[in-house]
Amino acid sequence: MDKFLTFTIVGLTLAAIYAIIASGLVLTYTTTGIFNFAHGAAGMLAAFTYWQFRFVWGWPTPLALVVVLLVLGPLFGVLLETVIMRGLEGTTDTVKLVVSISLLLFMIALAQLIWAPGISRPLPGFLAGNKPINLGATTITWHQAITIGVAIAVAIGLRLVLTRARIGIAMRAAVDDRSLTTLNGAKPNLVSMLAWAMGTSLAALGGILIAPGPGLEAASLSLLIVSAYAAAVFGRLRSLPLTFLGAIVIGLVEGYLAGYLPQNQYLTGMRIASPAIILFIVLLVLPNPRLRGRMTRSREYFPTPTLAGAIGFAITVVIGAVMLATTLSDPDLITYGRVFPIGIVALSLVPLVGFAGQISLCQLSFAGIGAIVMAHLGAGGDPIALVWAVLIAAAVGAVVALPALRLSGIYLALGTAAFAVILDRWLFNLPVLSVFGLFDINLFANGSVSVDAIELFGRSFDDPGTQMIISAVTFALVALLVIWIRRGRLGRRLLAMKDSEAACATLGLNLIWTKLSVFALSAGIAGLGGALYATQLTSIQPGNFELVQSLQLFAITVVGGIGAVGGALFAALSLYAFLPLLVTLWPSSVRWVGLLPGGAGIGLGRNPNGAVHDVREGFLPLLAARAVLAAMCVAVAGAYVLRLTNVIDNWAFVVLLILFPVIATIAAGLSKPRAVEAAAGNDEEIRDVPLEWRGIDRPWTKADLEQLDRYLGLKEMELHDVR
Amino acid sequence: MTSADDKASLSVQGVTVRFGGNIALDDVTLAANPGCVTGLIGPNGAGKTTLFNVITGLLAPNAGIVTMNDRDMTKLGPTRRARLGLARTFQRLELFSLLSVRENIRVAADIRKGWSRDKDNPAEAVEKIIDRIGLRDVADARVDSLPTGQCRLVELGRCLATKPQVLLLDEPASGQDETETAQFAVLLRELAAEGMAVVLVEHDVRLVMDVCHTVNVLDFGRIIAVGTPEQIQQDPAVLAAYLGSTAP
Repeated sequence: MDKFLTFTIVGLTLAAIYAIIASGLVLTYTTTGIFNFAHGAAGMLAAFTYWQFRFVWGWPTPLALVVVLLVLGPLFGVLLETVIMRGLEGTTDTVKLVVSISLLLFMIALAQLIWAPGISRPLPGFLAGNKPINLGATTITWHQAITIGVAIAVAIGLRLVLTRARIGIAMRAAVDDRSLTTLNGAKPNLVSMLAWAMGTSLAALGGILIAPGPGLEAASLSLLIVSAYAAAVFGRLRSLPLTFLGAIVIGLVEGYLAGYLPQNQYLTGMRIASPAIILFIVLLVLPNPRLRGRMTRSREYFPTPTLAGAIGFAITVVIGAVMLATTLSDPDLITYGRVFPIGIVALSLVPLVGFAGQISLCQLSFAGIGAIVMAHLGAGGDPIALVWAVLIAAAVGAVVALPALRLSGIYLALGTAAFAVILDRWLFNLPVLSVFGLFDINLFANGSVSVDAIELFGRSFDDPGTQMIISAVTFALVALLVIWIRRGRLGRRLLAMKDSEAACATLGLNLIWTKLSVFALSAGIAGLGGALYATQLTSIQPGNFELVQSLQLFAITVVGGIGAVGGALFAALSLYAFLPLLVTLWPSSVRWVGLLPGGAGIGLGRNPNGAVHDVREGFLPLLAARAVLAAMCVAVAGAYVLRLTNVIDNWAFVVLLILFPVIATIAAGLSKPRAVEAAAGNDEEIRDVPLEWRGIDRPWTKADLEQLDRYLGLKEMELHDVR
Repeated sequence: MTSADDKASLSVQGVTVRFGGNIALDDVTLAANPGCVTGLIGPNGAGKTTLFNVITGLLAPNAGIVTMNDRDMTKLGPTRRARLGLARTFQRLELFSLLSVRENIRVAADIRKGWSRDKDNPAEAVEKIIDRIGLRDVADARVDSLPTGQCRLVELGRCLATKPQVLLLDEPASGQDETETAQFAVLLRELAAEGMAVVLVEHDVRLVMDVCHTVNVLDFGRIIAVGTPEQIQQDPAVLAAYLGSTAP
């Protein structure tokens, strides 16, 4: 009985913290429609800041608390709202998600920049020196009592604010209809700012209360948020009372698991992963949402790739890889060789997110599964293991997606993130598992596993150069596959589904089946990437396939352009070539280089077409000017020969490789301005002055009249003659 | 699979839908027969689109049943209903904006090809439909560059590619000019003559009176009149609903 009470108190303390964090999350989500993945990270930053004030600078506890909770927290919330979140109104779910995920990455990197990781920073709970309060059968620490008391106060406070205060009622009104609220005299911007101020402050409170438990570690504290997400999902991200109930359920389950779960190496991870598991179960029982038509019109436009363009892309990738493989040293090849396998994982996002509009935050987890399959079934270099990697990752992908698919959108993101957490914290850390003594399931064997190089026709591809070429060729082939899908029946169907699920369903499309197949396809591609990644790493561990890396890859692929294969290459090159190169050239940048992916996502995630689209537009004149293009190819080939014969070194070669296309593009632009126009062709109308300004900003032409007629549905030119 | 003599007829019986305290549809009963165009008119907010949502399975009614071919569909999802031969257009267009006119229709044709045992070539079927709805000139244009009137035709074409037996059209003529509407009326009559049961929601009273065999009038969620166009035009309750006169 004592034990039961003790762990009830442990559970209720956790519940209190989850409730505080989750209520802040619900508050910002309902008032602004943005699900803030960085909510936990805000709490993490607050905990670090409090620690700095209280224990480094020696401020008294009340002062440190007041400054963090009532000054910095709200200010930070207002800053987030005005600078970043306000601009996201009317954008797609994917863009909102990328921005908040990037914010999470940025905040983790920021914390690691200010408070270098790896140093012990003890943060005692409140009144830790005092004797626990005696409750008869058991005791409760002051920190626990304060935590539970604060949660009750927060619950009562929120209730009062939302039902009694004028601003709280305006907040609830803004949830229902933002524009209508404006018409009725409320100020939605003020309401949003207040919601973000309150939400961030609650996150800060939760962060400070929880940090003494797991300790001050940036990434794990930020991702504790998954537990709070699970609580919020109980209330369908909208209801505060149900969110509190969810928090209690999750907190108690975690508490009792801590107390009663048999202490063995298989189940300890399960306790840590339990909120994610509960999140999954809740997703299973949530009722079906109503199929609705399009809510927001997306501004994105991904042109259908041409066959010639696709082949050109594939050949360029392979030639580039061959050049790298023959010029780089082995250590460099190992560093930069990751580009292509990770690029394949990024490619897996293109059909899923870019075409079908579904979200997955666990592509690296699927890659991890592929890697494990490769390590075990590919022992001795059996290439058939690649096929198994694809099939098993695809099957796991289908199983993972099933509960969340009917819900889609933000729930799919949460479900996949929860899956990544379950793998990260529990399954990937399992020791060898014997199933009824029949066979052993061995994942990472509680540490790391070695992977053999692929062997084909009696030849082992174990040198980094050959491995890079194999990965690059596979990348090119998968890119061609993705383009082929885009141009065919499945691609049309996925784009259609992204645009209007309601229309697809009423045309007889089985939405679940379609989503499931694209999810399995995507997981399979990620598994293939993971398997190749494993052969290149030669030894893999769970840390290679963590949630944070999935988040980073997702965000940067969207920045590059999630609707085109080029976006995937962009992501892989930025993360696994550009960043390491930057550190090599400028060693001191290693301190802040981690801020770049998050920063890029925050800044560029709003361009729905991605950076690659702009790059492609920039190269159009070059592609049209055949002579210049041919000259450039010859020049590149010449530089390559000079490098091979050691006339120039790697740095000079790289500089030339970058210089030639730039010069060629400029030359093409100068020599044939006509070519630009011809290439732009279809875009001419779009680039023109907007219709309503024609006749004002430039003379009115007959073509404009025809266009106006077309838009208005007027057919007869006689109409104008009469007038 | 289906021969010419077992064409569907749609029947809605006692359908009630409540949104919170509001009654959007109140005990609505309606029938659509094969070979006929059945009109459904009523002021804005009368519940016409809500009724279409109930019929297609996008919205579950609080009471009432929907049957097609005497088969109760009330519990079926939108996909199953579509495969039984039900198709609709949307008042707020639901086109696949990233695709061209041809691709929009092709998606629908491919969906049908995927589950039916039809031997037809979807690509050929699409070309026939493009000619039939008269959008040959803009077949390769992306749909969001088209004017609304043509977008509505694309939605119709998409429905036709599923070879429906019951076709629900939600304000198909809004955004069309007079010539287009006249051509559209001809097409509607043809479709009905082929045995399709067409339900037409439309504000263009001339079009409704011109092509409909039966007209149902919906007001504040209730069917207030059913009859031939001539009868409807003289019905006092209808005049009251539309003109606000205080007829009994």
